[in-house]
Amino acid sequence: MLKTTPFHSRTSALCQGQSWSNWAGFLAATTYEPDHLHEYNAVRTGSGLFDVSPLFKYDIRGKDALALVNRVSVRDLSKCRIGQVYYAVWCNDKGMIFDDGTISRLGENHFRMTAAIPTLVWLQDNALGLDVAIEDVSDQYAAVALQGPTSRDLLQSLTDVDLSGLRFFRCTNATVAGAPALITRTGFTGDLGYEIFVRPDDAENLWDAMMEISGEFQMLPAGLVTLDLLRIEAGLISIDSDFISVTQTIFPVQQVSPFELGLGWMIDLDREFFVGRDALRHEKAHGSRSNTVGLELDVTVLEKAYAEYGMPLHLPYTAWGTAVPIYADEPQKHPIGRGTCGMWSPVLKKYIVIARVKPEYAKLGNLIWIEEMVEARSYSIPARVVEMPFYDPPQKKG
Amino acid sequence: MTQKYDAIIVGGGHNGLTCAAYLARAGRRVLVLEQRHVLGGATVSEEIFPGFTYSVFSYVVSLLRPEVIRELELAKHGLKIHPINSVFAPMENGDGLASYADETKARKEFSRFSLRDAEMLSRFHEVMYRMAFAVKPIIGYVPPNLTKPSLRDLGTLKNFGQHLQGLGKDTFHELSKIMVMSADDFLAEYFETDIIRAVHGMSGIIGTMLGVQSPGTAYVLLHHYMGELDGAFTAWGGQQGGTGGVSSAIAGSARSHGAEIRVSAPVAQVIVKNGSAVGVALTNGDEFYADTIVSGCDPTVTFRKLVEEKDLPADLVHAIDRFKYRGSSGKVNLALDGLPQFTAMKDSSLLKGLIDICVSVPYIEKAYDDAKYGGFSKRPCMEIVIPSTVDPTMAPRGKHMMSIFVQYAAYDMSAYGNRDQQREAFGNAVIDTLSEFAPNLKDLILHKQVLTPWDLEQEIGLTQGNIFHGELTLDQLFFLRPAVGWANYRTPIRGYWQCGSGTHPGGGITAGPGRLAAREILGGKL
Repeated sequence: MLKTTPFHSRTSALCQGQSWSNWAGFLAATTYEPDHLHEYNAVRTGSGLFDVSPLFKYDIRGKDALALVNRVSVRDLSKCRIGQVYYAVWCNDKGMIFDDGTISRLGENHFRMTAAIPTLVWLQDNALGLDVAIEDVSDQYAAVALQGPTSRDLLQSLTDVDLSGLRFFRCTNATVAGAPALITRTGFTGDLGYEIFVRPDDAENLWDAMMEISGEFQMLPAGLVTLDLLRIEAGLISIDSDFISVTQTIFPVQQVSPFELGLGWMIDLDREFFVGRDALRHEKAHGSRSNTVGLELDVTVLEKAYAEYGMPLHLPYTAWGTAVPIYADEPQKHPIGRGTCGMWSPVLKKYIVIARVKPEYAKLGNLIWIEEMVEARSYSIPARVVEMPFYDPPQKKG
Repeated sequence: MTQKYDAIIVGGGHNGLTCAAYLARAGRRVLVLEQRHVLGGATVSEEIFPGFTYSVFSYVVSLLRPEVIRELELAKHGLKIHPINSVFAPMENGDGLASYADETKARKEFSRFSLRDAEMLSRFHEVMYRMAFAVKPIIGYVPPNLTKPSLRDLGTLKNFGQHLQGLGKDTFHELSKIMVMSADDFLAEYFETDIIRAVHGMSGIIGTMLGVQSPGTAYVLLHHYMGELDGAFTAWGGQQGGTGGVSSAIAGSARSHGAEIRVSAPVAQVIVKNGSAVGVALTNGDEFYADTIVSGCDPTVTFRKLVEEKDLPADLVHAIDRFKYRGSSGKVNLALDGLPQFTAMKDSSLLKGLIDICVSVPYIEKAYDDAKYGGFSKRPCMEIVIPSTVDPTMAPRGKHMMSIFVQYAAYDMSAYGNRDQQREAFGNAVIDTLSEFAPNLKDLILHKQVLTPWDLEQEIGLTQGNIFHGELTLDQLFFLRPAVGWANYRTPIRGYWQCGSGTHPGGGITAGPGRLAAREILGGKL
């Protein structure tokens, strides 16, 4: 039996098919209804409530707290003010990605880091000689992500803090549903949204308070199938799909750098030492092996492929996340990269893919070919390089 | 005031806008003229009561052609459809049927009534899926002119024949049967339970002055099943912000291609010179000129109101005068202070789906009997959606908007007094009947809007209040829609075209007629 989160008594009562995924050793709802469509739609129209308790959380405190996070993160945290949250990645000394997550600055000398995989030893190793205390607080906080256009109004009716003042990627301490909480205006959906961290003892109350008013805000609990669709539309990369942590790889070919994942914007190579800096400098100077791009597939060509079998167009209603070959040419003579995840986007009415291709093919508007299997036969489907995020509603930052 | 355009579209309904968008996309200078202050025709959202958005007329989306969504980039312009995945139908005995898109859930529910029906459900879905796929290409054909076939018409006929042959024996047989049977007879081949037949049968009578046991209604049922949402056949959904959101998305696309759209600009007539359409005159006397004039209105308005008899051949005039409208439905929209409670509803999530007051097959037939010779059903059939359960933009927080499609309501309600009295009596029949199944309804009503077929005609120009621009019966489909020889979007007047739901593939929010008409106007290429 896997571990259960502090919300389990509530989530298990709602999970109609008892369909669970293994998220970092915890049971995490895959979908609540047999079909994910209502949940997906709720987040894009009303809001969705995700149990994100399985995230690893670390508190970093002390005189050298900033020095430590700045040493591990490729992003410079010295500009991160108290009450601000940074999305960041951390690498090994070869400049290959270890993990990604958020780092919130809760005080002058206090940061909280979320991560997808265990990171305590990595932090401890990097803290040698620094005056910091690192604490794994993963089990001390239950967390939900409330995401979607109505999330602000819903959360506002449960908290004393004025949320209109809480900007994108900011955080605040608050009382939510009568209990102390940390609210961060973050999420994995590309929409307006918040993550709320509470003590495990307060978890059920928080869930109940939110569900009680869910009808007024068109809110539904939502699971991982939905979350994966939303994050792809938002152009957000995900571990084990778009990249593998360097800790899980043995061969260099499996490893990816932040430049390759389109995260060059967060790297300042001129600043003082951080883990991976020299390798990333070298990569910057000599070029990356690949670039991450967004693709839009031409479904009319896919439709013709299905028509050869007398079948109507079939579309991926849930996201796929296994590597799919990408070619420079229709006859599949010149492989240039891989699609790392893809889906039919109901909100965009488009088949979108996140892919990693050789840099010379990554230009916006470029036409490349992606392999699709139709009745166990390989077809080349034309796809255009488009801008990410695919879906970027004004309320995300508004 | 005179101005010259390449094309003028009369009527800013969803098909007129679609046609305009395609023409503008092809580089034509296009003007759309809509008589009302708001775009969309029957595909419209309006704030009728403060804070509440009403999908005033049409209320659900499924038939919207995927190629239109793609080619006009409607998602970019605001198309956002949420799925409707359940139907709830209360019964006379206090029980109710809950049908879910998820087949395992539906099967479990059906087995309460009949194990046989529960198992037949997947077979029924399979047949409807196959037929929806079978008719899909036909929806995209320009109907051939059989009286004077061109080379291309012969090509279409050949394709059509090959397509029918390619369907395979079983599908072809099912398709031939569904074209002529009654909805109930067709359904009886699959289901033995009355309420299950009643719920499915509702799709066979919508917009049609026929009972579920009248021949021809099986096709109407298929018409409601041939839509698709994201490639999923037979799926239905609701547009965010009401169905008007579909029109504004199409209008947005048209404008992005340079089309000019004017509201509150009612066209009085099409100016015809020497057998050619050359422009339009508004009721205020303004005139606009173009070599191409396209009517998105129904066939009666197109041929009998906008142009003069003398410009048309007699056989077409007679055919249009015989074209069957027989408006059969009305609409009641309610602003509610909270959610209604249906006595028979065990699962409150069903409030997010369709709620069908169809009760039983005899109930539907009785409702039809009541209105056959005028008037309306004393206990009407209704199809209800409460879009505010999933869409926060429809009503203030905690309050709800309820859209009630009502059948049967005849165009002639003179037995009930003047128009106001007719409306009052009709609205009361609807609310009284619905309150039998949801007793707290009356206490929740903050505002009601009642629309009879006559109101539909007055407000948005639907002749006799027919929501499809003419009934969807076999004698009025494909190359017979709206009249033999004139099903290819042309008219006897040079430069005058049709693009409304009175042409193939017919009514519903399909945008099919608008797209096909544009293709013809552009010489066969979009």
